[in-house]
Amino acid sequence: MNDTAPVLVAEGLEKSFFGVTVLRGVGLALRPGEVHGLVGENGAGKSTFMKILAGVYERDAGTITLGGREVDFSHPVQAARAGLATVFQEFNLLPERTVAQNVFLGREPRKGGFVDRKAMVRETRALLDELGIEGVDPDAPVRTLTVAEQQIVEIVKALSVDARVIQMDEPTAALADHEVELLYAIVRRLSERGVAILYVSHRLKEIFDLCDTITVLKDGALVSSGPAAELDTDELVRRMVGRPISAYFPGVLEGTVLGEPRLELRGAGNGYVDDIDLELRAGEIVGVAGLQGSGRTELVEALFGVVPFTRGEMLLDGAPVRMTSARQSVKTGIALITEDRKAQGLALNQSVADNALLVIRSVFARRTGEVRRELPGVLSSLEVASQGVDQEVQYLSGGNQQKVVLAKWLATKPRVVLLDEPTRGIDVGAKVAVYNLMRRLAKEGVAILMISSELPEVIGMSDRIVVMHDGRASAELPARSDETTILSAATGTLRIGGEEAR
Amino acid sequence: MSTATTTSAPPRRPRRRRLDASLIVGIALVGVIVIGAILVATVGRNFFSAGNIRDILTGMSVLGFVAIGQTFVILCASLDLSVPYVVSLSSLIAADLMAGNPANIPVAVLAVLVVAALIGLANGLIVTKLRVNGFIATLGTGLIIKGYLDTNYKGTSGEVPWEFQLIGATGVGPVPVSTLIMLAVAVAGAFFLARTRTGNHMFAVGGNEQVARLSGIRTARPLIIAHMLCSITAALAGLLLASRLGVGSPTVGTQGGYDLLSIAAVVLGGTLLLGGRGSIWGTIGGVAIFAVVDNVMSVMQVNPFLKDVVRGIVIVAAVAVYTARVVERRRPRFTGSGSDRAPESVEGGGGIAGGGTGAGNAGIGTPGVERRQEEQA
Repeated sequence: MNDTAPVLVAEGLEKSFFGVTVLRGVGLALRPGEVHGLVGENGAGKSTFMKILAGVYERDAGTITLGGREVDFSHPVQAARAGLATVFQEFNLLPERTVAQNVFLGREPRKGGFVDRKAMVRETRALLDELGIEGVDPDAPVRTLTVAEQQIVEIVKALSVDARVIQMDEPTAALADHEVELLYAIVRRLSERGVAILYVSHRLKEIFDLCDTITVLKDGALVSSGPAAELDTDELVRRMVGRPISAYFPGVLEGTVLGEPRLELRGAGNGYVDDIDLELRAGEIVGVAGLQGSGRTELVEALFGVVPFTRGEMLLDGAPVRMTSARQSVKTGIALITEDRKAQGLALNQSVADNALLVIRSVFARRTGEVRRELPGVLSSLEVASQGVDQEVQYLSGGNQQKVVLAKWLATKPRVVLLDEPTRGIDVGAKVAVYNLMRRLAKEGVAILMISSELPEVIGMSDRIVVMHDGRASAELPARSDETTILSAATGTLRIGGEEAR
Repeated sequence: MSTATTTSAPPRRPRRRRLDASLIVGIALVGVIVIGAILVATVGRNFFSAGNIRDILTGMSVLGFVAIGQTFVILCASLDLSVPYVVSLSSLIAADLMAGNPANIPVAVLAVLVVAALIGLANGLIVTKLRVNGFIATLGTGLIIKGYLDTNYKGTSGEVPWEFQLIGATGVGPVPVSTLIMLAVAVAGAFFLARTRTGNHMFAVGGNEQVARLSGIRTARPLIIAHMLCSITAALAGLLLASRLGVGSPTVGTQGGYDLLSIAAVVLGGTLLLGGRGSIWGTIGGVAIFAVVDNVMSVMQVNPFLKDVVRGIVIVAAVAVYTARVVERRRPRFTGSGSDRAPESVEGGGGIAGGGTGAGNAGIGTPGVERRQEEQA
């Protein structure tokens, strides 16, 4: 394989945002038919690298050569037409339009000046057949498809421009296990056809299953780039992290006592989760693992009364409760730190103080003055770096925004804290601050439920781990369970006592 | 072991086909006609008489023109509030230029269309280039036109020759010529949306501008063209009104309330106010529902204030029905009735299936299928 000339060569790519360097001198070579894994921690620069190749971002320095010609794309469409297509993590599909209309969006085939719908459907079907996909109707509106099928439509869209290089950013992030197999098959078929694939994934198993070559990034710099056969999982993780995982996570604080059950669920369920049994004790941190779409967010939304449980029992401090609104939950001492901080956690164009007082003002208005006086202290204890409490939160970094969200909830003095992806998209320093806060709350007797997609975080922080699969709690595992066990429970392959876990 | 896992979700799932929005409008229209016919019959009149049908169709045509144009604009996630003023202005330009002379008809019609196209172009440019929200942009241009009309016209003006008045007065059987023209424009509009790139791109720009841009669409173009088409159809409505009145009038557009009524008809027709989904035929259905409701109330001699109450209820009810369908973005996994659990769980789940408004109907089978496969495994 090494004899063939590379189809894509990137050399010395550099990029900085607002003076922060996110890529320094990164390069790699892609050969036809090669599946090239690109790995690294969150914030290592993988996405930036892909987006520079795709023409979303402009590079500060470096060269990109596609098929022997130096290129400089300023728009993803330009890159795609030159043969470098990208399947982004967020779907770029119109749910109300059909599969064929989406695949040919922006370059609809024409006959006699009018859109040739038959050709559009025919060619879409041909592409689907080529990938061996059955059951996706080119005339079906995209909203009727499953997430996996939508992912396929994205890939077909990339293929329809006759791409020689396809970049895929976390293509399996939203897929269930059997759907991942389908993606594998597609990737292999593409590679047989001589398409070079740059594959970004957090799931190391996929990287080893699929990739011929693995490039590792860390803190925006190239660590290594070489044949996958020369690496094993441990070595790869060591290169990605550069330090043992446990170094991040603070241990349980002295004086933390495991108290009475604060929150209990017995056979609880609604339209999205089913048959959940859960116990959350004072001073305890329970981690919730599971793939995207497994019902983790739906579980905390049900606990918080956003989409209430419709069956089963929920007990708070031993007394049965029925949470039917967020307001009621706040009043009873539950806090939910949502997954999407910008859309659901903050009023972006309001000040730090306004955001921190948001819940207090609306639910416990009488305590506003008291909390306002305490605010500077709370913010500084969380190490919020801002130009004062009057700065609009949209100008803060992700980590500081998250701390404002935490401050907002701490003000309510919650007894149960639900955290949904509390460290997503924030820097390491802020992550550690969040971890320390969780430990401190646990010591004060707060019961904590933390959803996380990052297994090291779940393992490093949890006293117990609940794994969700297909809307049900498929397993409850002890602290420090290994990644393999958690993952197999998350994908439904774990068997306990010879019986398939649900 | 690994084979057992793949059964957790069946590979072939019965696909839920949601009722097409224009089909719902069609059903609603038939329902309204049936109820209307019965009500009219109770006062001893025939809803389906040629005269009554002609009345309904005549009532449809002016609003129909305006609503067709409004559909384009709303599909692109914009709005056009300047239409009533364009309608008035068009009637005046037409009547003034015709000045009672049939030879002037072609020039007058052409002038009206050109002026309307320019107004639409201005709207489109303000929305796309100056990035002013369509609501505000067209409110502004509408007020500018209103100012011009108020300053220059104290009342009706011009004279429409008899030959042009025929358009508004004649018909083929019970079907007025004006309705036929309106329907022809609707056919052209539906074809434009389905079979031209610009038409296709309107859905994309309205549905998700980011996706449209990332797909290489020049997003300004469809929006500008939508605004131009909207002003042009408003001008057609103005021409029709001039033909009916025999003169131009500076208030004929505002009296008709065509801005909000056309938006209401479009939304009633299943087009999403946020853009990206909708159809011309749905809009025509919406216009027809309004026309039938109006007609029934006129025949029954209902208090005119009650008319507006009924209109208002129809609009709110229609949108409530559509949003109920839209809100349920995530598909419920557990619908309860497929559950093998205790009876109380069925009761609890039943509420969810109902809340899904149709979403649950076909989906109910799914968990059952899953469960059976799991048991086999």
